[in-house]
Amino acid sequence: MFGFGKKKISDSLARTRSSVFGQITSLFGGGEIDDELWDDLEALLIQADVGVETTMDLIETVRQRVTREGVTKLADAQSILKEEMQRLLDGNNASDFDRERLVTVVLVVGVNGSGKTTTIAKLANYYQRQGRKVILAAADTFRAAAIDQLKIWGERANCTVIAHQPNADPGAVVFDALKSALSRKADLVLIDTAGRLHTKYNLMKELEKLRGIAGKQVHAAPHETLLVLDAITGQNALSQARHFKDSVAITGVVLAKLDGTAKGGVVFAIGRELGVPVRFVGVGEGIEDIMPFDSKAFVDGLFG
Amino acid sequence: MFENLQDKLQGVFNQLTRRGRLSEADVDKALREVRLALLEADVNFKIVKEFIARVRERAVGIELKKTITPGQQVIKIVHEELLTTLGDSAPINLGGRSPHVIMLIGLQGSGKTTTAAKLALHFRKSKHNPLLVAADTRRPAAIEQLKVLGRQLDIPVHFEDSSVSPPKICANAVKVAKSGAHNIVILDTAGRLQIDEALMEELNQIKVKTEPQETLLVADSMTGQEAVRVAEGFHKQVDLTGLILTKVDGDARGGAAISIRAVTGVPIKFLGVGEKSSDLEVFHPDRLASRILGMGDILSLIERAEDVLDEEVAERSAKKLLAGKFNLEDFLEQLQQIKKMGPVTKMLEMLPGWKDMTRAVKDTDALSEENMEKQMKRTEAIISSMTTKERRNPKVLNGSRKKRIAQGSGTTVHDVNQLLSQFRQMQKMMKQFKKPRARQNLMNMFDGFR
Repeated sequence: MFGFGKKKISDSLARTRSSVFGQITSLFGGGEIDDELWDDLEALLIQADVGVETTMDLIETVRQRVTREGVTKLADAQSILKEEMQRLLDGNNASDFDRERLVTVVLVVGVNGSGKTTTIAKLANYYQRQGRKVILAAADTFRAAAIDQLKIWGERANCTVIAHQPNADPGAVVFDALKSALSRKADLVLIDTAGRLHTKYNLMKELEKLRGIAGKQVHAAPHETLLVLDAITGQNALSQARHFKDSVAITGVVLAKLDGTAKGGVVFAIGRELGVPVRFVGVGEGIEDIMPFDSKAFVDGLFG
Repeated sequence: MFENLQDKLQGVFNQLTRRGRLSEADVDKALREVRLALLEADVNFKIVKEFIARVRERAVGIELKKTITPGQQVIKIVHEELLTTLGDSAPINLGGRSPHVIMLIGLQGSGKTTTAAKLALHFRKSKHNPLLVAADTRRPAAIEQLKVLGRQLDIPVHFEDSSVSPPKICANAVKVAKSGAHNIVILDTAGRLQIDEALMEELNQIKVKTEPQETLLVADSMTGQEAVRVAEGFHKQVDLTGLILTKVDGDARGGAAISIRAVTGVPIKFLGVGEKSSDLEVFHPDRLASRILGMGDILSLIERAEDVLDEEVAERSAKKLLAGKFNLEDFLEQLQQIKKMGPVTKMLEMLPGWKDMTRAVKDTDALSEENMEKQMKRTEAIISSMTTKERRNPKVLNGSRKKRIAQGSGTTVHDVNQLLSQFRQMQKMMKQFKKPRARQNLMNMFDGFR
């Protein structure tokens, strides 16, 4: 599984490697450790959506280490950079998906069009294949045909979808889904929610309510709350993560659509500022195009 | 909480004198902040570089004005350059033969289907007869989504089985439009990556078969640095004619719009500003420019202040404030100055962060135009009913004087007391401001109103 994941990540990052991060590698390919190197590195990191603040911080840290450790070889400086980048992504609590419990409840949230429904389908398929019994809750009752979309995916992933009518109360859907999960002895419930901009006060309140309903039904639920983030998102992703963390305590990020040319460098900023880890990455439109996030593979993949 | 460019530039400039010309060093200091603001707004790195060079050329050596601060002067130049880059709004091209075909394309999840419905509604409102076309056969239930939206708006949707190829569906749709007297055809295509050659080729086939007047890229306003490459990719392969920026109702600065404009040169046509089908706005370069700079509509505020405020009055008040000699007479003068600038709530709305603040307030009535105006009028009436002696030295106000003032202003003694306690609080604050650092902050505050 892991080997496969690693391969796929580096596949999908191949395009980036030939562009932005590829330039980083060539940056470290020859020449000297001088101001020009740091300037170029700054430019390249910003262009990868890492963000100004995180970039400056990262470079400063690497520079200091290079001086302190008396590093003269470019290759060694690159290793330090990789280490520090990885550090921003690590140091977070481990995933809570696999802990033994009656039923694991996962709430999936995000802004409109980030890829929540597709991600849920992939996760459902991923865990069904591992022998878990998955139930999907179609709690996006707002967007036209979102329920139909989830139902089609449910069929493909071969798992039950609990759904109500369009515009029904999403809370009731969650309630029913958890109830039927308990009676059917399912062990994983994935809740699909309507996309919402994190600045919409009422919609965020609604999400908090869903969280509350889950918690009343199943002890300590939701056990994971995942923010699905489009890899092409720029610095606004930080604001998204901050708002969703404040209102529904997200425990992880799913970086979706990593098969384009964008590489989601903003997850470094999210890791640095909020300590929220990346759990999965989405790398295509197929139901199997998802894999657990591996920070080493991710950073390595970026450098080629 | 929300640090905006205005504040930052004020910080840069508050050591400078207000006479003479902007020096190269001053401009560079200011432009460093501008650069950061643009990068934080997700404007592409390379485009920021070119942009800064242009602003620099214009800003160095300009003569400083008395009415606005150097910071504001730089912002004005930055803003003007942004407007030039963003270009004017352009209407949808409805020239040539009917039916007019509008093709919407873009990455997955950028908002094509929602935008298609919004556009259809927009055209129906202006007495056109649009036909929606479900050409996204890839995403599960995408066809169904458009059908539902069409039903909600009572606008017909052309759809076929998802096994039919999109170019064929679109070609059929144009035929249907002709026979059904639809003069506008809106094609909702599947989301795709600009590097997916097969799918890009499919778009070209649709173009050949339907000859669209408009090929619009639907782009998420939250897009980061990659906006450049995405837009370039689409433009190179299918010749865009315009851009629709979506999800602008969030807090994204929308710097991607600058990037896309800069690399494609195609006009921005509409903004998606909400989830409802009516939430489509014609593009205003002005507002977007301010937003990218993180300034709300503060430019309009600066302009109005420049027009209306009396510089001498403002300066006198500021001096008195700092000397701790600010009295009710000055307070009244300030109030009248502010009133000249128009409705208070309108002004407040222009301030960055104001909307977030009001959202947090439960009693929104207290912030209503009516209430604010009432409050200001009452304050004005009370001070006007005082004698000069009382205004200059409120301490002389005893029970009987207060009663007289209340009667004279048509208020109650309670109202008079409330105003006095507010004023005392203000004075207390001023005393704290007399410390050197705080004093600088206060100066900056006043700069905003000069």
